[in-house]
Amino acid sequence: MSLLQELSQEFGQAVLSTHARLGEETVVLQRKRLLDLIRYLKNKRGFDFLMDLTVVDRLEEVPRFQVVYHLYARETNRRLRIKVQVAAKDAHLPTLTGEYRIADWLEREAWDMYGVVFDGHPDLRRILMYEGFEGYPLRKDYPKERRQPRVGPGSTEKTAFDKTPSIADVLVLDDPDTSQAAVSSGTGIKEEIMYLNLGPSHPAMHGVVRISVALKGETVIASDVEIGYMHRCFEKEAETHSYTGVIPYTDRLNYVSPLINNVGYAMAVEKLFEVETPERCQYVRVIMSEISRITDHLTCVGAFAMELGAFTIFLYLMKSREYLYDLIEDVTGARLTTSYTRIGGLKGDLSPDFKEKCREAFRKVREDIQECDNLLSRNRIFFDRMRGVGVITPEDAISCGFTGPCLRAAGVAYDVRKAEPYLVYDRFDFEVPLGTDGDCYDRYQVRMMEMEQSMRIVEQALRNLPGGPICLDDKRMTLPPKELVYTTIEALMNHFKLIMDGHGIRPPAGEAYMPVEGGNGELGFYVVSDGTGIPARVRVRAPCFALVAGLSHLIRGRMLADVVPIFGSINMIAGELDR
Amino acid sequence: MGTVIIFVKIFFMIGFLMTLGVLLTWVERKQSAVMQDRIGANRADIFGLRILGLFHPLADALKLLTKEDFIPPSGDRFVHTLAPFIAFTTALVGFAVIPFGPNVQFFGREISLQVADIHVGLLFIFVVTGLSVYGVILAGWSSANRFGLLGALRGAAQSISYEVSMALSVIGLLMIFGSLSLGEIARAQGELVWGLPRWGVLVQPLGCIIFFIAAIAETKRIPFDLPEGESEIVGFFVEYSGMKFGLLWIGEFVEIVVMSGLVATLFFGGWQVPYLGSGGFVFPFGLQIGLPPFLVVLMQVLAFMFKVVFFCWLQMLIRWTLPRLRYDQLMRLGWKVLLPLSLLNIVLTGLVLLFTGS
Repeated sequence: MSLLQELSQEFGQAVLSTHARLGEETVVLQRKRLLDLIRYLKNKRGFDFLMDLTVVDRLEEVPRFQVVYHLYARETNRRLRIKVQVAAKDAHLPTLTGEYRIADWLEREAWDMYGVVFDGHPDLRRILMYEGFEGYPLRKDYPKERRQPRVGPGSTEKTAFDKTPSIADVLVLDDPDTSQAAVSSGTGIKEEIMYLNLGPSHPAMHGVVRISVALKGETVIASDVEIGYMHRCFEKEAETHSYTGVIPYTDRLNYVSPLINNVGYAMAVEKLFEVETPERCQYVRVIMSEISRITDHLTCVGAFAMELGAFTIFLYLMKSREYLYDLIEDVTGARLTTSYTRIGGLKGDLSPDFKEKCREAFRKVREDIQECDNLLSRNRIFFDRMRGVGVITPEDAISCGFTGPCLRAAGVAYDVRKAEPYLVYDRFDFEVPLGTDGDCYDRYQVRMMEMEQSMRIVEQALRNLPGGPICLDDKRMTLPPKELVYTTIEALMNHFKLIMDGHGIRPPAGEAYMPVEGGNGELGFYVVSDGTGIPARVRVRAPCFALVAGLSHLIRGRMLADVVPIFGSINMIAGELDR
Repeated sequence: MGTVIIFVKIFFMIGFLMTLGVLLTWVERKQSAVMQDRIGANRADIFGLRILGLFHPLADALKLLTKEDFIPPSGDRFVHTLAPFIAFTTALVGFAVIPFGPNVQFFGREISLQVADIHVGLLFIFVVTGLSVYGVILAGWSSANRFGLLGALRGAAQSISYEVSMALSVIGLLMIFGSLSLGEIARAQGELVWGLPRWGVLVQPLGCIIFFIAAIAETKRIPFDLPEGESEIVGFFVEYSGMKFGLLWIGEFVEIVVMSGLVATLFFGGWQVPYLGSGGFVFPFGLQIGLPPFLVVLMQVLAFMFKVVFFCWLQMLIRWTLPRLRYDQLMRLGWKVLLPLSLLNIVLTGLVLLFTGS
């Protein structure tokens, strides 16, 4: 009996409908049984990951909002989508914070963006927007052009800035006694709690995150992480652009591995079309993704070495990253804003001498990684700073929605490339490095080892690189060659249909969730099409979001100086965190 | 006449110290650049002349002098201004007792190449470096900034902890040379033991290592730069700008020079060149090279400067290689490793002296 049938039987009337279109099992459920269903799935069917929670606004329909949950079961390696429909007037849902830690932030975001209330949520505040922002920006009836006053010090207008709660109000201290300003400890010395703002203008916070901490001495007893400083309305913008027009925006999600975002988004739309790209395209996508993964890890390792004071290693690794950026530039024409993929293919083929250039670049990168390894891995100071710091248990990591290197450092072997091999990943021989302790040192080691594995994949892919076209020959999405456009009427028409306003690429109505393995973990694109040339909804499951959501848990009880390496080891990338 | 000589010596000493201190800001940039495969600062020019970016310290000074001198509104105006002066002065004064050459005959007068050859020179140095922590504490406290305050606290705790090991690590040396005067210690290192110069590092290897580590901790540089810790707490001088920041900054470099001078004097023979006596080289295997006294003194002064520059370079090398310790690890290293080791060193030295009888 399939899972969907089982659920229909178990929950009877509450299951409104089920389907498995595009191979994605979906349950549409009545709101009142949501918590039961989730508990059933989690406890009886092993759905231990809440990968994503989002809302789709269907303005014309009743009920208006669809709240979409994406669950994943690691043991059985299957996914399930749960949809709950709620009306605009009565947009209430039970909270899942009791089941999954990550639900905390995901629900806050859903509330922030759509005004869906999660009853029982302990701390339903705005997350990407600021306190005092009016309206819910991702609702379809919130006009894209609407401006609200700038906030913050220096703003001349009377603003909502005053509504921002003070740190002391936000932080929940464990022990009610300590929440008083002064406590006397056993020694008779009065100890005061010191509240400290780390960021957004703080060297380690990259200017985009604020961590408010309560300190007792130098020990962090409570913290609150505030994000949204780099919110660029990616999801709103995506709803006003053509399918191809969204690609440049994806560059700016995880901007240290933009190619993986390009690939993930293109594959999500291709999934809607139910097409597969040519073999050569898939190989090239793998090659570019893996090169991007190395740049991602190089940045991460370099940045947290720098934040520990080892500035030289940072520059060694940046130098190394430049070699790879040169490769990327060689192929895509850009170093960072690559926009390399197209729906159904790629912008261009690899350059003719790519293999040689790649071999040379990898040789230099390997040297630098070796040097970094010599300087750090067995360095007593570095070891002491990383070992046992920021420990997370596998259970907590799963509950927090961790994926990627941070999850694997805790010893959980989940890698999308192995679990659900997309593209041609199943043809390559590579290992998934695992940690044991889930501390900063393991996260460092996992990243170091993954770089080597990525280089192995690229080398294998280059060895077996097949010939053939790099784009699908499909009128619905691929532009015809320019010579034909100028000489034949069919091609001209085709070109017109794909380019002109009101036409464009139109995937059939439906929805697709496409997970790929990003630099930081599972990068999922959930694309909803209503059959027009503009996406109805593009949702990004950013791996960083879960990691930063778990940050408070990681730094609790650690010293202030540990905040920096812990923060560095999760590799926060504001682009995909705030979108 | 005596006063004039003193002033000349002070002039020379401050000149040497400040030049080297300022030059170190350039060395720091250039050396780190070389280590990191970069080019480093080379933009400042005068009439198109760049000479490897040597004008950068000048440009820095101009920049700092013309910058706004900001005092936090809720900070303590007086103390905030006072702190950089304390930090800078205490850093500078320590060098007064370090000899940069032997005594010389000059127009029939015996002149020591040392600003003040006080017989408790070593104590004087510890007192002065002990005072330098006030610069840090006051700077951090008067800024009315929590990061500054954390930096000040860390600075205070660190200085106290490491001064203990630092002072104890030289006790063995004092037992051997029997003097607190740095001039005496430098002179005594000219003697030979088993055909080798009797340098501090030879007779006190453990003390030398402990002292050098503690000296780096005193200068508050990586791996001991917790009071600064720029990625964590930005530093005790977070609210400083302009030349007041410049003083704290140069003070740090001057401290490096002083510590290098101290390491050179205590453990590496000070101004001594191996086998060079007042009459020229006398090698233990019989070779003798006579040299005029003027040349000998010149070589010895240059040898001292070379040693100081070498240790400055070594400190820079360490600073650009290692990551930073954490606060509790720093304390553990100070109290649980360095302190017992320096005590052990004293006991061992005492035993050796007891049995060898010298």
